[in-house]
Amino acid sequence: MKNLLKIGWRTLTQPSAYYSLGFLVLGGFIAGIIFWGGFNTALEVTNTEEFCVSCHEMENNVYQELKTTIHFSNRSGVRATCPDCHVPHKWTDKIARKMQASKEVWGKIFGTIDTREKFQAHRRKLAENEWTRLKANDSLECRNCHNFDYMDFTEQSDRASHQHSTALASGEKTCIDCHKGIAHQLPDMKGVEGW
Amino acid sequence: MKTLLSSLIISAHLFTFSVIAADDKAVATLRHQTEIKEQQTPNPIPRVVNKDIKRERNYPMQPPVIPHTIRGYEVNKNNNKCLTCHSRQSTEDSQAPMVSVTHFMNRDGNFLAEISPRRYFCNQCHVPQMDAKPLIENTFVDMHSLMKQKTSASQ
Repeated sequence: MKNLLKIGWRTLTQPSAYYSLGFLVLGGFIAGIIFWGGFNTALEVTNTEEFCVSCHEMENNVYQELKTTIHFSNRSGVRATCPDCHVPHKWTDKIARKMQASKEVWGKIFGTIDTREKFQAHRRKLAENEWTRLKANDSLECRNCHNFDYMDFTEQSDRASHQHSTALASGEKTCIDCHKGIAHQLPDMKGVEGW
Repeated sequence: MKTLLSSLIISAHLFTFSVIAADDKAVATLRHQTEIKEQQTPNPIPRVVNKDIKRERNYPMQPPVIPHTIRGYEVNKNNNKCLTCHSRQSTEDSQAPMVSVTHFMNRDGNFLAEISPRRYFCNQCHVPQMDAKPLIENTFVDMHSLMKQKTSASQ
């Protein structure tokens, strides 16, 4: 084992004896493209709804609940899929979230929420994670589609335009403060502000 | 005896069937006499009235109707979305009408600190209104109009 490491280290530190510099540079470049492309493709595959609902935890709980809401079916046919709301769109934030998701892989392996009862028991905690995230980034994932600057208050109902032109406009409140449970059912809301 | 009984039963059955057959066209059904094997084109779904303007009540005890949409509002064991605006504590912010005091009473008439569980499920009595033509004409006349008619008739 020690010898093997030694040989490896020597190969890495010594100049190449057989391959030309051009081959190594070009080869490395092409391998880099393939690796990077492959990495991003794999990442994008995990960023689809099909991937999310391939686990029964997601398919049987949150996905079924989403189906009844306006973010699934509506007059104009624009749809939000899981990653639209749950994964940041900017690359660095996305990678950070994907690293956090390793905890979810752990949960999947050990069946933390593999029954409806377990899911319900964890629901408040899971919901709070998402509320905190959206509160911290000023509901960025909502705003990726719902841009405040382009909201036409005259098209909104009186109550909506009142709230949006005061509390939301001043930055005192952010989307998630009022719009909790818009895509999934709510947990026990005891002690949650505004409920 | 047995034959008499069975023939009686059969004739009774025949009678019912003929009554049903005769009434087939007379009874207005939700299917509008569409053949059972056919699918009727559904009516367009009317819009929910969302004007936030109070409607008149037809009699004093009538539960007021909801003048806004309530799509996705959860009222269950975990939470009650209506109370986000209509609870006693939030009416100052929301300027929504407070849940009436009767909802705080238990069945012995004593006031509780919170909404009584028997009055918790808002949609049992309060419903939003659709912007639709009534299916049948409503001939309801409220007490006020009745009394007015009576006084004008006696004069």
